[in-house]
Amino acid sequence: MAYSDKVIDHAENPRNVGTLDKEDPTVGTGLVGAPACGDVMRLQIKVSDDGVIQDAKFKTFGCGSAIASSSLATEWIKGKKVEEAEAIKNSDIVNELNLPPVKIHCSVLAEDAIKSAIADYRAKQAAKR
Amino acid sequence: MAIKLPIFMDYHSTTPVDPRVIEEMLPYFNEKFGNAASRSHAFGWTAEEAVDYSRERIGKLINAQSEKEIVFTSGATESNNVAIKGVAEFYKDKGNHIITSVIEHKAVLDTCKRLEKEGYEVTYLGVGKDGRVDPDDVKKALTDKTILVSIMLANNEIGTVQPIEEIGKLTRERGVLLHSDAVQGVGKVPFDVQKMNVDLASITAHKMYGPKGVGGLYVRRSKPRVRLVAQMDGGGHERGMRSGTLNVPGIVGFGKAADIMMKEGKEEGVRLLGMRERLRKKLDSSLEEVFVNGSLEHRLPGNLNVSFAFVEGEAMMMAIKDVAVSSGSACTSASLEPSYVLRALGVGDELAHSSIRFGLGRYTTEEEIDFVSDLVIDKVKHLRNMSPLYEMYKDGIDLKSVQWVAH
Ligand SMILES: Cc1ncc(COP(=O)(O)O)c(C=O)c1O
Ligand code: FES
Repeated sequence: MAYSDKVIDHAENPRNVGTLDKEDPTVGTGLVGAPACGDVMRLQIKVSDDGVIQDAKFKTFGCGSAIASSSLATEWIKGKKVEEAEAIKNSDIVNELNLPPVKIHCSVLAEDAIKSAIADYRAKQAAKR
Repeated sequence: MAIKLPIFMDYHSTTPVDPRVIEEMLPYFNEKFGNAASRSHAFGWTAEEAVDYSRERIGKLINAQSEKEIVFTSGATESNNVAIKGVAEFYKDKGNHIITSVIEHKAVLDTCKRLEKEGYEVTYLGVGKDGRVDPDDVKKALTDKTILVSIMLANNEIGTVQPIEEIGKLTRERGVLLHSDAVQGVGKVPFDVQKMNVDLASITAHKMYGPKGVGGLYVRRSKPRVRLVAQMDGGGHERGMRSGTLNVPGIVGFGKAADIMMKEGKEEGVRLLGMRERLRKKLDSSLEEVFVNGSLEHRLPGNLNVSFAFVEGEAMMMAIKDVAVSSGSACTSASLEPSYVLRALGVGDELAHSSIRFGLGRYTTEEEIDFVSDLVIDKVKHLRNMSPLYEMYKDGIDLKSVQWVAH
């Protein structure tokens, strides 16, 4: 299968690879997928007091399209309000990266990872109150 | 000397045609273009002579008793189909049971599945962790209804070589026919249809530096004389077993390719084994958690199938895109299932997703091996740095204890 230039770019120069302190109450961590399915994504966000995502990091075990989807996701959510990040759809990722049908689930995983990181952040905030 | 990119390390998928083969084929496209079935003039005789010479050369490679035992086909997919369906149909009054293994090529497995739908019974034998069929399992599976056992010589993914000689002893004793899909192993590891009591064998030219679209089926003519029902109706070519005008240039090339294998295969195997081990040792000494899939001992010299834990196979192939290899990862297939061969060995799904098959061949050089191993080591490290699984492994987390959200 031929990859789009954008997938290749993200896979070769992934943005925001790394780890945030998951014990930090302002950090939300999403871990989705399963090794047996061939894809695991971990996406983390660090949120400021006014609800803006200051930093985002990811690590992905998966194909080039999965890596590209998560890399793009971190790029997009940085600087966004949590609610805005939550509105990102996997179809936005598919369009941006020109993913073929067999790779749509990689983008679904990225959307799930964003949502799961936000949920974790919210759960932590709720626990604090 | 600078390395020429891309590097081909996928010799199990196909091989380039040896220039010596091309040279021998060329006259048969225009100068000697006759139809081998034309009995009435010199054009036909010349073509027929060339075809029979190829039969002889191919027969020699597998130690057939007579060149007449080689039937030409369009490739091993067809050979497997004719062998299994043809025998099943001819011997249906004798029995309806076939034994094969779960790691056969699809051309065998899907043929067997079709026969099951038609009322035949098929036993699919499992393999051990080493990727080999246990002859004892064959023995236990044989019944009075068994008409055919079909076990491949060497596997196309993991390169493991099957104990055909031992299986041949069993089938001969019981008067059951033995077919072997010998595509990957012929010329590369010992294969002798007489010594091994093989009754039918599928081969194809494009895996041995011959052209694509030409294959052969060895059909034993004595002790026992194997009969089969043709699956292609028409002019009755190939002694009625496979109708259709013969691909004379292709067959000439197949013959030459077999002749080269006969003369150089052994030496080539030694060279490939040396390079394969060089590659394996380099990867193994520079990287942790690298697993060879299947037996190292009973293996094609040019095959290395390894799993790099925590790194997904397709991402790996993309990272080394200047090197043509293949992977058992589901992400490379449309099915979303990882390789059925690796699964059959009991390799966990996560390691199956992480597998890479390196296939070395005639034109692989030592420089390429060094280039590829350095590149692979570098990229595995790079991909592991961005793998959450590797981080968890490093933190001492047992990945099996994690509650994964499968999707
Ligand atoms: C073990 C095995 N059997 C059969 C085949 C099919 O051969 P062909 O491509 O000649 O149809 C292949 C090649 O893909 C193979 O590796
Ligand atoms: S992770 Fe398997 S196709 Fe993307």
